[in-house]
Amino acid sequence: MSESTLSQPTKGVVSLTPDELETPPLSLGQLTWRRFRRHKMAIFGSVILLLIMIYAFGGMLVFSEADANRTETGARLQAPSREHPFGTDTIGRDILARTIYGGQISIFIGLTAMVVEMVLGISIGAMAGYFGGKLDSVLMRFTEAVLIIPQIFLLLVMAKYFAQSIPNIKVIGRTLSGSVLVIIFVIGITSWPYLARIVRAQFLSVKENDFILAARATGTSTRDIIFRHILPNSIAPIIVAATLSVAAAITLEAYISFLGLGVRPPTATWGNMLEGAYNYVDSAWWLWFFPGLLIALIVLSINFLGDGLRDALDPHSRAI
Amino acid sequence: MTRYIIRRLLQAIPLLFIISLVLFILMQNMGDPLATMGGRKVTRREDRIRLARQLGLDKPVILQYVYWLVGNDWAKTDMDGDGIAETPGSRKGVLRGDWGISLVNRQPVMEVIGDRLPNTLLLMLVAEVIVISLAMLIGIYSALHQYTAADNIITATTFVFYSMPVFFFALLAMYFFAVNFKKWGLPYLPTVGMFEPEIGKTTAQVAWHMVLPVATLSFGFIAGYSRYIRSTMLESLGQDYVRTAKAKGLPRLEVVYIHALKNAALPIVTIVALDLPFLLGGAIVTERIFGWPGMGRLFLDHVSRSDTPVVLGILMMIAVAVIIFQIIADVAYAWLDPRIRYK
Repeated sequence: MSESTLSQPTKGVVSLTPDELETPPLSLGQLTWRRFRRHKMAIFGSVILLLIMIYAFGGMLVFSEADANRTETGARLQAPSREHPFGTDTIGRDILARTIYGGQISIFIGLTAMVVEMVLGISIGAMAGYFGGKLDSVLMRFTEAVLIIPQIFLLLVMAKYFAQSIPNIKVIGRTLSGSVLVIIFVIGITSWPYLARIVRAQFLSVKENDFILAARATGTSTRDIIFRHILPNSIAPIIVAATLSVAAAITLEAYISFLGLGVRPPTATWGNMLEGAYNYVDSAWWLWFFPGLLIALIVLSINFLGDGLRDALDPHSRAI
Repeated sequence: MTRYIIRRLLQAIPLLFIISLVLFILMQNMGDPLATMGGRKVTRREDRIRLARQLGLDKPVILQYVYWLVGNDWAKTDMDGDGIAETPGSRKGVLRGDWGISLVNRQPVMEVIGDRLPNTLLLMLVAEVIVISLAMLIGIYSALHQYTAADNIITATTFVFYSMPVFFFALLAMYFFAVNFKKWGLPYLPTVGMFEPEIGKTTAQVAWHMVLPVATLSFGFIAGYSRYIRSTMLESLGQDYVRTAKAKGLPRLEVVYIHALKNAALPIVTIVALDLPFLLGGAIVTERIFGWPGMGRLFLDHVSRSDTPVVLGILMMIAVAVIIFQIIADVAYAWLDPRIRYK
């Protein structure tokens, strides 16, 4: 009797092992999705974000861009009505149509500024973290120098610097104010320092791993070590930072446009629809309420999404 | 520790030089300060040349930067345009405490900034006191009531406020507490300026006018800090020494506020010190909306007229403040937490 129990594992274990073998191990993506799904706020954020996207891009089918830019001086500052559900602005443009087209530009600015920030932040952080030494200290001093001036001040100075008469540009049949490019560029080159610090910290810790030593021993090139080995292993915090920086870029665009140094008309953005709106706080609330609400909603939903991604991708880290 | 502080200060010097040089070059190409000097008329060509010469704007950028930095009393300038440099300069340069003269109103930069600085500091300090006390209260409350209905409501609300852009909050607050309260015949809050001109600058007036700007300036920070305090409090409440304190029968208040809070407050001190100078930046939008005569509005007004000396003065002042507060944060942290040693 004692022999049989010794040679065969206990029943519970036997029944568990084939079960586990039948289900293949989950990939990182699947694990992340499992954790993300359980994060109620993140799902809520994603749904809101999706609705805003449908609003901004689906609305194109209902209103043409001409609707958004047509001025009707006879119908200035009209309160929301059946004809103009969100009312009209100071020169009689329909606010509903403008929030649709402005939303596209705001989202576009958010995404592209994020890309600019990623390129700068990842390359500077990766170089500093991987090569270390003199290069590291020079790059980090540079990063500190950028961080010392609050971003909004830098943005205003740079927006003014680059804003001198840039011609309009044509993108897929649409005319955009050239200032859109200026704003994207300016937001990108003032936002990268935080990301660079995150990437550098990741590189510093990942490059000490044995698999990097193995890669180096087998003669892998530096480029492959950086892009194939270290970067994919430090991707989690970068994805979170990228998500949050889209929200930050949308807010920053709104701030500089609000202060009158942002995207020039006729191109609408949620931010420049608010320019000067505080003069109408008492007389025309619809001027600032709808674009302001959309900015607040998209920023909130992206922040929820980023928070969910942080918990899902990296369960150990809990920021705020 | 003293050596550490001295080293940090020495490291900051090259940083400040680089920042000032880059900003100076940016500012030089930002626009034309002479364009608005002729008043309503377009500045005439000969006036333009004369003004550029007298203000030293015709010199190469690097030379202008050197003059800004060390002054020009050692060099002679050509004031009357005959090609002979005859007048010795009168500027002493930033390194000797002379920040130059505003191109807009010809007042010394320090006077222009000094007029506005107290207004911004007043706004900032009141906001900071409210931020810290409210964030502490909310954060500790939700940490002690983790996952209750109240905690969940607080979490959701702080998330909404944390994500809300400053201008949207400001406009909503103005709409409710000024416009609609007035409509309903309730005592309403003023939205513009520091005081009613007919009543004058009394303490009561300024305090009354500060309500909305201070609320606007603080709501985002309250939301952010209270989340932070909640998580550090939760962390320290789970520590062994807190369990020990509870086990030996100390009163609950003493455990929470003396044992747990003392350690939870450590990182908060750092964050507050690092954020403090950045409140100056947050004030730009607030001051613009509420017409508050502070540094943020000064900056906007002078950036739009390309007034290099004033804009650089403001930016360098903030840069120095940031560096000093970084050092204060480090020192305070080491002082509060004896485990930390700087070399």
